[in-house]
Amino acid sequence: MENLSRWDGTISSTEFRIAATTLSKKWEVINPELPPWTWIESPKPFWVTSLEVEGYLSLENYSYKFSSDDADNRICVDTQAHENLVDTLCGSRSSCQKEEPVSFGNEEEPVDSATLVLNDDDKKELHYYDFHIVYSNSYRVPVLYSRGYRSDGQILTLDEIERDLPANSLKVLRESKWTFITQEEHPLLNRPWYTLHPCGTSEWMKLLFLGGYSQAKGGSSSCSVMQQYLVSWLSVVGQAVGLNVPLEMISDFHHLCTIDNVTSSNGNSVTTS
Amino acid sequence: MVGVGSEAQKYVWEGAIPLQIHLHESEITTLPSPEPALILAPRIGYLPLLVPQIKPYFSDTLPPGVDTVWFDFKGMPLKWYIPTGVLFDLLCLEPERPWNLTVHFRGYPGDLLSPCEGEDSVKWSYINSLKEAAYIINGNSKNVMNMSQIDQFELWRSVLNREMEAYLRISSKLKLGIVGEDYTKIVMSPRQSNNEADSVGPSRAGRIPVRLYVRNVGEYTDDLEDVPPVDSWDRICYMNKPVEIQREEGKIFNLYDAIKMLLPEFFPDEPSIDEELSKLELEDEPGIGGSNLSDPDPDTNTMRKTELVTVKNETQLYPSHPTGKSEIKLVRIQGIEPKLDIPFSWVVTNLINPEHFLHICVCVGVSQDSSKTS
Repeated sequence: MENLSRWDGTISSTEFRIAATTLSKKWEVINPELPPWTWIESPKPFWVTSLEVEGYLSLENYSYKFSSDDADNRICVDTQAHENLVDTLCGSRSSCQKEEPVSFGNEEEPVDSATLVLNDDDKKELHYYDFHIVYSNSYRVPVLYSRGYRSDGQILTLDEIERDLPANSLKVLRESKWTFITQEEHPLLNRPWYTLHPCGTSEWMKLLFLGGYSQAKGGSSSCSVMQQYLVSWLSVVGQAVGLNVPLEMISDFHHLCTIDNVTSSNGNSVTTS
Repeated sequence: MVGVGSEAQKYVWEGAIPLQIHLHESEITTLPSPEPALILAPRIGYLPLLVPQIKPYFSDTLPPGVDTVWFDFKGMPLKWYIPTGVLFDLLCLEPERPWNLTVHFRGYPGDLLSPCEGEDSVKWSYINSLKEAAYIINGNSKNVMNMSQIDQFELWRSVLNREMEAYLRISSKLKLGIVGEDYTKIVMSPRQSNNEADSVGPSRAGRIPVRLYVRNVGEYTDDLEDVPPVDSWDRICYMNKPVEIQREEGKIFNLYDAIKMLLPEFFPDEPSIDEELSKLELEDEPGIGGSNLSDPDPDTNTMRKTELVTVKNETQLYPSHPTGKSEIKLVRIQGIEPKLDIPFSWVVTNLINPEHFLHICVCVGVSQDSSKTS
């Protein structure tokens, strides 16, 4: 990735691993009170004897209580920017669906959101969520998988998860049943988890970085860009699932600018929702 | 090639597996027990699409409740999003006809299987796979996502009804053909040799969507009938693994090369592809069917080019694992065990499923010992 302007927004599995380390370390430093992102080696295929095995990032037992305490400190973009983003990410889906009921496409679908853990205003039972970030060999981007459960370990149903979703996501879910949040097989655990399709991720990651990079100091090497990839990716995806990335983690990259960039760029090719 | 399809493609599209479907005993509430349902299941189809045909056989005897249909084979819940033909190839190593499956209308194992709400679920699963395949091939899914509503509808209908010509006509618009495929160009369309690559995009050439399923048959080497049934998906390894077709002047990237790329662990200290190919050519002998079938030496892996032959119980064709105890025993695609020197592009063009993935089932023998020592 020598030239950012020609970069297609994807990363290799090796770069994924490097970026995972960065995310994990930064997260631990900045969010010591939150569950950590840990690297899990995926179950080794039975025939593999020596080769490097795949793995994924895992954050488990995340609960909305973490974000409700001092959420203000953690929100990384202002409310308006956040809403713009979510509107864009979600709106593209819903508008697509409304106009073309049999549409295959969600090309502006940049977020792999799954479940949301916000706002426990009504004294709900505590829900926990596991998040996994898995590298997709097909799309060559990270994909977020999630699963929710009660404190007794009982897996949450979609109905229960819906109650944890923010209004925006819930609205989109209702309108775009087949294309927003779906249960798919976790590629490494072979069990159904909630996920979103990553077919738009490389596009918006490219926009995110081109915007961020042009603002950043010229000295930033592509190496550091790669390291920053997952942090930046999660700063977008996380917002849609209520997993907020603190501003300090992404301050290097003038994140507010890049969010605007994504928002407006997506808006070009999507009819307004 | 638009709208015509090769003979092999027709076989794939017309292929069907006779099923004998039994209702699970826990759901039989009447006497006498209902007879099993006998139906033909398309290879390229999906089990939930058969439910409207199956339901009438059993509707009178079901206990009260809401239908959540799923199937099992010898106790193993079947993943509905895997094409029926692939399930058969993978789980029924010694093909049984009819294939005896059990249907359940209650008690969906939601912890193991993604939920299925009938045709809609299958359709979206198909579409998502198609998008993924398009992304692998072209670096984006735009051609799939920008299809007109009519084409989208017709495409799914053609898959549902197994109308190959309609399917080929519509799917050709998606530009998902293999770029620069040496073999088919020579044989089928010599005129469009150079320009085709440009129509899809630069340097994306030859990334092939492959779903690889690897099943360990352990020590049960010689007779597939002796292989015990799989009882859990945890015992099968499956993944999407794009295969990058390697191009070299004068060389054909064949199925052997693809398998080697997918499962390099089974090809220790192999000569390079070049050497291997020249060997293949030198040793290209007519008496393929019979000679040296029990010879474990990988060099006997010599087969006639471009010939598709079903090989049964002839498991010597593959090299062995470093430990000496592990080897590839079987490579099965669309119900056949293709010869490994067939050009990979031919395999892809003719044996892919309509979502543009090539599903390859591989049986390996990895003994307990060798997997422990790892």
